[in-house]
Amino acid sequence: MTTTEPSTKRSLPIVENFGRRAAVKGAFATLGAGAFVAAISPLRQAAKNSSAAEFMQQHYTELSADQKADVIARLEAETKEQYGADVTIADDRPIPGTKFVYAINLSVCNGNGKCVEACHKENNHDRDTNQSYIRVIEMPKGTMDMEQGSTTYSGAVPKDDKFYLPVQCQQCDEPPCVDVCPVKATWKEEDGIVVVDYNWCIGCRYCEAACPYHARRFNWKKPEVPAEEINPNQSYLSNRVRPVGVVEKCTYCLHRTRRGKLPACLEACPTGARVFGNILDKDSNIRWILENKRVYILKEELGTKPAFFYYFD
Amino acid sequence: MSSITASPQSTGPPEEHESHVTSYPRFIARSLWLATEGSLAFYAWMTVLTALFLVGANAWANQVAGGMIGTNMTDHVSWGLYIANFTFMVGLAAGGVMMVIPAYLYHDRKMHDVVIIGELLAIAAIVMCLLFVVADLGRPDRFWHMLPGIGKFNWPISMLTWDVIVLNGYLILNLHICGYLLYMRFLGRKPNPVWYVPFVMLSIVWAISIHTVTAFLYCGLGGRPFWNTALLAPRFLASAFVSGPAFIIAAMVLIKKLTGVSGLDQPIATLARIVRVTILINLLMVASELFTEFYTGGSHVSAAKYLFFGLHGKTALVPWTWTAIGLNITAALLFLWPGLLELRWRPLLVAACCMAFVGAWIEKGMGLIVPGFIPSTLHEVVEYVPSQLEWKVTVGIWAFGLMVFTIAIKTALPTLKHPAEH
Ligand code: SF4
Ligand code: SF4
Repeated sequence: MTTTEPSTKRSLPIVENFGRRAAVKGAFATLGAGAFVAAISPLRQAAKNSSAAEFMQQHYTELSADQKADVIARLEAETKEQYGADVTIADDRPIPGTKFVYAINLSVCNGNGKCVEACHKENNHDRDTNQSYIRVIEMPKGTMDMEQGSTTYSGAVPKDDKFYLPVQCQQCDEPPCVDVCPVKATWKEEDGIVVVDYNWCIGCRYCEAACPYHARRFNWKKPEVPAEEINPNQSYLSNRVRPVGVVEKCTYCLHRTRRGKLPACLEACPTGARVFGNILDKDSNIRWILENKRVYILKEELGTKPAFFYYFD
Repeated sequence: MSSITASPQSTGPPEEHESHVTSYPRFIARSLWLATEGSLAFYAWMTVLTALFLVGANAWANQVAGGMIGTNMTDHVSWGLYIANFTFMVGLAAGGVMMVIPAYLYHDRKMHDVVIIGELLAIAAIVMCLLFVVADLGRPDRFWHMLPGIGKFNWPISMLTWDVIVLNGYLILNLHICGYLLYMRFLGRKPNPVWYVPFVMLSIVWAISIHTVTAFLYCGLGGRPFWNTALLAPRFLASAFVSGPAFIIAAMVLIKKLTGVSGLDQPIATLARIVRVTILINLLMVASELFTEFYTGGSHVSAAKYLFFGLHGKTALVPWTWTAIGLNITAALLFLWPGLLELRWRPLLVAACCMAFVGAWIEKGMGLIVPGFIPSTLHEVVEYVPSQLEWKVTVGIWAFGLMVFTIAIKTALPTLKHPAEH
């Protein structure tokens, strides 16, 4: 059928004159708009869960002291209301003259996974999904190729022919996750810790794709933690209960370490494999290890410059 | 469809010195009127698209309300069907330029008469791109954080901000070009080349940029070996120049059939000749990539292994991959056959275009995005199959895109039917 003449197809019946056609079109447009509003009505539910103040909130680095206090008060109230827990959210800032680094002695680590569990509790992770910032890879002795490893190992540990490689955020000095973020919702602070403003992140997950260490997690749903299990000692950039739809990551427990305590994973480790400290402090244990042990970093070839080291005795 | 050329609305040729303030709204009103006029089949088509779009909108609203747990994405495969479609649609938008180049750089008159089809396709495709990005956001309510000025725009470091700029720029360019030409047509004036030719030239460069920048989103990530290849951007372009023209050929065959626009046969043939070359270039690049991967071996090849043969017994993508390869090769062979350009083989040409289109959709969509995440950066193999919710949202966005395209083509029909004198 290749007529060049416009074919004489029927138009809508009953409506031949202009006024009527316009009215019918208008009616259909109204109907369509109504159906659309009905279709997106679940959004009203979502709107209920986030306040106007949250919507308007500025980027963390642009909040004045007063605004910060307001934001924190609001977040504490929301935690009370939604989770039934009384929490204190601090705004821990880096201590001048500190640069935190972590090291793990792989000769000692036995893969018991206490660090994974401690992180889960300390950082108010979703209980359902058993989330944690740490993954431990069980590796066959004689290889450094992670391809050979397994993160889902079970049974008694340590196994004779295996060693164990815990991986969490490496707090890279050249963090690809920070570079890719379109809205600067994640950045590196002066003490080396890479943080996320959970109230600024738009949830594009580009950083999750960019991180070479599987260190970032996305809140696919609203985290669920029973009131009595919530860790009430919180910090804005750290372990406060995260909103749904944003990315989160290990912060070297900045709500502890910036107050002079050690990370929860280190305290929980029964083997003493973990060493944490300020690399700028000449007398620190960590400094001694980095100077005297043969340490290595993960995926050195990528140029991310991790502040996280591994060594064997 | 006589009502299109002779609308009963009282918009005759505007008076000579009417100001744009009054004539522009009349142009918009007239376009809207035209776009909603049509046969019963047209109304049925639009109703079906509207229904599908509403299903998608509802699914998306549920996703926002309940969290993205409704998708099957995980921390291991953190991008899925949405970003796959986004990537493919960028290619489709860029592909329209294969009409613009012959029309404006080689002064192909016949192509020039209908080049607006390619530009309108670009508009519809970019709208879909933007919708797919929004669908993928965990916090669409914070969209304003991306707006330069009031938000925090991590430019020029983040490739995503570049992508936002080039995609919106391309949308505006094409809106301007099409809008200007149609408006001049409405006024009955001859378009002034100063007002559109420079923009058309810019849009040619810009089309290349949108797909290059989109490739840079992925290939700049050192932690994802599957994407981390310099061949990614050229490959993106090659396949865009398959899928774009393939879609336009099929659309033009349909337009000719339904509306009686004449003068489409020669542009169809030109585009088919273009696809004949680009589809081979694309296959060549795929082959070159595969050789490098598999001949080298090592852990770098795990993702490709997963894509083609499965890894550790996990094979969710394998059927997709081989379907795409089958479609691409069959389409390439068909395009190589000279008879395909003959009028009596039109259905076969359309079939070949559909194969090339679907082949590119798989290859550039799921086949590109998912293996970037499998194995994960810690070499875990966690598979991904889109959830029903993701399919609904995706179909909804496609329906919306087709609506935009249909309406745009209808608005442009008078121009297409009676091209201006040269
Ligand atoms: S390990 Fe990943 S999340 Fe942590 S700083 Fe490096 S790239 Fe960013
Ligand atoms: S998910 Fe959040 S932190 Fe990550 S890149 Fe996107 S906006 Fe930035």
